[in-house]
Amino acid sequence: MSWSQQLILVPVLLPLLCGAILVLINESRHHLKFALNFGSVLLLLATAIVLMWQTDTGRWPDGIGVYLAANWSAPFGIALVVDRLAALMLLLTAVLATCALLYSLKRWGRIGVHFHSLFQFMLMGLNGAFLTHDLFNLFVFFEVMLAASYGLLLHGYNVNRIRAGMQFVAINLVASLLFLIGVALIYANTGTLNMADVAARVAEMDAADLGLLQVGMVSLVIVFLVKSAMWPFGFWLPTTYSAASPPVAAMFVLMTKVGIYTTLRVWLLVFSDEAGDSAGFGLELLFWGGIVTIIFGGIGMIASEVHGQLAGYAAIVSSGTLLAAIGYGLDPLVPALLFYLVSSTLAVAAFMLLIELIDRSRNPIHAMLELTREAFEFEEAPDQPVGVGIPAAVAFLGLSFACIALIIAGLPPLSGFIAKFSMFHSILEGSGAGFGVEGTTFIAVVLLAGLATIIGLITYGIRTFWGGGMVPARLNVTEVIPIGVLLLACVLLTVYASPVLSYLERTGADLQQPGLYIEGVLSAPVVESKGGHQ
Amino acid sequence: MEVVIAIAIGVLFGSGVWLILRPRSFQVLTGLLLMSYAVNLFIFCMGLLAIDQPPLILEQGTPDPANYTDPLPQALVLTAIVIGFATTALYLVLMMGSRGLTGTGHVDGREPQQ
Repeated sequence: MSWSQQLILVPVLLPLLCGAILVLINESRHHLKFALNFGSVLLLLATAIVLMWQTDTGRWPDGIGVYLAANWSAPFGIALVVDRLAALMLLLTAVLATCALLYSLKRWGRIGVHFHSLFQFMLMGLNGAFLTHDLFNLFVFFEVMLAASYGLLLHGYNVNRIRAGMQFVAINLVASLLFLIGVALIYANTGTLNMADVAARVAEMDAADLGLLQVGMVSLVIVFLVKSAMWPFGFWLPTTYSAASPPVAAMFVLMTKVGIYTTLRVWLLVFSDEAGDSAGFGLELLFWGGIVTIIFGGIGMIASEVHGQLAGYAAIVSSGTLLAAIGYGLDPLVPALLFYLVSSTLAVAAFMLLIELIDRSRNPIHAMLELTREAFEFEEAPDQPVGVGIPAAVAFLGLSFACIALIIAGLPPLSGFIAKFSMFHSILEGSGAGFGVEGTTFIAVVLLAGLATIIGLITYGIRTFWGGGMVPARLNVTEVIPIGVLLLACVLLTVYASPVLSYLERTGADLQQPGLYIEGVLSAPVVESKGGHQ
Repeated sequence: MEVVIAIAIGVLFGSGVWLILRPRSFQVLTGLLLMSYAVNLFIFCMGLLAIDQPPLILEQGTPDPANYTDPLPQALVLTAIVIGFATTALYLVLMMGSRGLTGTGHVDGREPQQ
């Protein structure tokens, strides 16, 4: 086994070790804790880049790297698999984690205990969920991720967080039970838990035997949909996100994308076109569920008065768009939806971080006046501005907010526009004669949701930046840089859209050929033992 | 045998569902516990049930695998029990924190308006 295959294990092992070491270090040495945590995250970033390079340069057959745990051959042991999609998600996780962690340096990392350990354990769960190729192991990594996220949500214990936590934990515990039911049913019907093996056996099953297996798959996917906040499973999201501390909320944005990732992976693998009788099972439900989710999120954007919830609803709209795009079931749509996934994740995470800085800079009395003035329609002449230059802090906040609004709403010239445009383009181009009710609905609803988003964000922006009462607060460099980096990433996505999209097209092509993937995993060679001992 | 187990799982899960829909957090916790028992039994049954079989003795050649149930779900259920236990304990801690901070055992953290 070459060194590059060992590298597949690093995104799981490194956070585990680092988190364990961080537990032992006293809370008072927070600079040391931060340094260790940050070092680990930077290493993860480097690993993700190397893995991406490895999958994309053909150093592995078909761009699929397989790590067989304990040297058990594929259907029997647990396999960790990295392909282009997994590498992309690892990179996205590492970038977000770097930004969220840097943001937490000044303040949020210190308002409670064990922030850094929990952060690392959450990364371990996230990375593991992207890499693992075994359904039960996926459950274990989900639980690692969730257990850490419960702790992180409660980080800096107050009544709001407890209230949100009670709902969040209860919902996720029930979802975990559904996950177990699904896994048990799949095992009972196929006799295997390896995803590639499940997919291979589903293709050979008779239509008559599929019923129970589909029940299992559906209860599994419901869990993913709870994570990705599809309507009607997503009511926990706005409360939870607005209660969590900003760096944690930014990481939670990624957790909804785990749901999307697993849905995409499991669905395209198990119910692919090659799956015989169950090809394309349930896609319609996914599509309409996604559409309703977008509508729900759009209404929420316009209606929400609390700023944290605005970002939460933006995350719901993004989830809904992705689910509807998956449910549309069109091959050329996959690269476009992955582009949208990356761009919207970065933007919504930046929004989560920015909202707190804006709130800090607002004069609370003015903010209150703005709200009541609108509610009671006061006709009050605003104070005439006297010629004062815009302070740098306010200028930064305003500009970042404008960028984020453009990306989330999908207006030109930033990456959100390219993402939506390429989705529409592939629907119009690819459907041909099949372009019917679904295509029209998708385009109409996504455009309307963009309108709702821009109305919600403009209302917020006018109240905040033009309503007066911005007290130029001192911003810390460590809080400004993460937002800058996330937005810069979006700008780079726009400038280098062509190479990014061509990488995503190769990713999409991988997903369209589950046969290659299945064969790649199942035929991964074990390491021959040297010498006589086994 | 199968019927008894199936009814037991059904009763446990049904009671659990009823309890998690109740407004008090302790009832929710009990409901979660009952549901996790039901699910653990369910996974256990996926390896089939066998009774009246001889014990596993390794001395007389290879034992006939047809006599035994599938051991993998039993391994899975162990992991599931441990994880379920830990997360439920976490919910209990949260519940006590909520009780201490809000002074009520209601799941919303406040009593409903009369």
